Amino acid sequence: MRAVDAKFWLIQAFNGISYGALLFLVGSGLSLIFGVMRIVNLSHGSYFLLGGYVALSVIWTTGSWLLAIPVAAFTVALVGLAMERIFLRPLGFDPLRQVLLTVGFAFLFQQAALDIWSGNNFDINPPNVLTQSVEVGGIYLPLYRIFMICTALGIGLILWLVMEKTRMGAAVRATVDDAQMARGVGIDTSRVSMFIFALGAFLAALGGVIGGGFLSVYPGLDFEILPLAFAVVIIGGMGSLGGAAIGALLVGLADNFGKALFPEISYFTLYAPMALILAVKPTGLFGRE
Amino acid sequence: MTTEQVKVLAVVAALVAIIVIVPNANSFVILLFTRALVFAILVMSLDLLLGFTGLASLGQAAYLGVGAYLTAILATRYQIGLGYDFWLVIVLGAIGGAVLAAVFGLLAIRATGVYFLMITLALGQCVWGLAYRWNSLTGGDNGINLRVRPRFGINLANEVTFFYLVVGFFAVSLAAMYVLVRSPFGRSLTGIRERELRMRILGYNTWLHKYIAFIIAGAFGGLSGVLWAHTAGIVSPENLVLTTSVDALLMTVLGGAGTLVGGVIGSFIVFGLREYLSTVVPWWQYVLGGVYVLTILYLPTGLMGIPARIRQRRARSKEATEERKLASVPP
Repeated sequence: MRAVDAKFWLIQAFNGISYGALLFLVGSGLSLIFGVMRIVNLSHGSYFLLGGYVALSVIWTTGSWLLAIPVAAFTVALVGLAMERIFLRPLGFDPLRQVLLTVGFAFLFQQAALDIWSGNNFDINPPNVLTQSVEVGGIYLPLYRIFMICTALGIGLILWLVMEKTRMGAAVRATVDDAQMARGVGIDTSRVSMFIFALGAFLAALGGVIGGGFLSVYPGLDFEILPLAFAVVIIGGMGSLGGAAIGALLVGLADNFGKALFPEISYFTLYAPMALILAVKPTGLFGRE
Repeated sequence: MTTEQVKVLAVVAALVAIIVIVPNANSFVILLFTRALVFAILVMSLDLLLGFTGLASLGQAAYLGVGAYLTAILATRYQIGLGYDFWLVIVLGAIGGAVLAAVFGLLAIRATGVYFLMITLALGQCVWGLAYRWNSLTGGDNGINLRVRPRFGINLANEVTFFYLVVGFFAVSLAAMYVLVRSPFGRSLTGIRERELRMRILGYNTWLHKYIAFIIAGAFGGLSGVLWAHTAGIVSPENLVLTTSVDALLMTVLGGAGTLVGGVIGSFIVFGLREYLSTVVPWWQYVLGGVYVLTILYLPTGLMGIPARIRQRRARSKEATEERKLASVPP
């Protein structure tokens, strides 16, 4: 009985962590966008969904899953870039109008996706190598989920290096802390915003391709993943990479254990802490003041 | 007559026109107007917050949801609200919305700007999560079907009778909110919207003002929920999702925040586009998305703000020509 119990906890924990890995990809971009631009980007879920769809198209035409990942991520990054340059930048700082504009785009993307890729459910099938399981201490772990964790770790490491060790990263951090001061010392915050918005879209699309392997891709996925991404951002703290990682892990675990242990209130147990954290510390658990 | 009286008269005339014309139309149109009017109550409640108090809530659907689920659960489980006790459910729905807002307000009111958006989003998701997952109470994803509409002397199963009832509730809500925003309390709310710090320095308890506005908005949201449950005949988590809250917000801004009537126009336009255009062309959502994007880019004050913008432009061009005249006069 005890062994079964331990197994249950281990498997749930593993599932939670791998789901958290996916959420990190979506949430870290959203968090950086918020930190730098103070924009609540409601089309972030659309980037996730579009990433999945573009990847499907690439797979259908070339048959290569490996090629689909960068193509999807860069395509959606371009979409994000265009949105930021053409529409968001001219708006200036007005939270409500920015939010509504991103929603308008979310609806447009939704319709476009429906037209181009139809309303069916599609699975993104990874190569056979990744569909197997490995046995670790008597538990079978799907290799794909391990791949997800590794990807998130890799991306997280690269992001951390870029943010901490490069000039661009320093400019981004300065903009998060105080955009006005950053402009004052000669940082081109407009370019930083552009870079971050494209990066956020890139990461979300990457999540969409990878998540498509086990969530599958379907209309409505955009607005399902969006609130979860916000939970990650808020719990972790806006504009903080480490916060996003911890937030993603917590949300992933809370989501999995919530569904397994108290299914009837599982979403409540996820969003209620989010609201409480916001009420007590609006900048999130690990956000800077 | 003052311009304000003209405006009130215009709104009354429009309402009378709707009451006279719509019942003669086909059932599709009657249902469309019924839905739009019910939802307009929620949109106006949001306008109290957004347009008059300066609080942009991204979770207003929660209050509609509470009223709707309350109605559906009472009706299907306890057979309450299908006779004269319908009026009891109306009161309970409004109280339900108010109580929820009173709880949520304690958490949310302190936040401002983007943070208020985010916290109301989170709170809205809490309610959605319960509706979606708490199968034994809410029927989960399938929701709850209401098989019959109330019947008390009048039979609300009749579309036209139900439409009249909804128009009645709409008119009363509009009048009540109109009186509210023009009361001293409403004026203080506008003061808070314009500059909260100044109001605080003047000695107003701005937190309490915002909190009370939040509760009143919640009560109207609950009321719209009760009506919505009987209009649609089904209550499901779909009524509570983030996009429903976003719809309400967009309708407010599309029509013009801070005007009450603007949100109603927004509601009619969106419901019209969604339910009529969708039967005509498959790409109706492009139109809807396009309308949103264009409104936000070019009409920040919404449709109701168009006359003021035209007047401004005229005044400006007049000034410009006069300046040019002055400049052309040799010294």
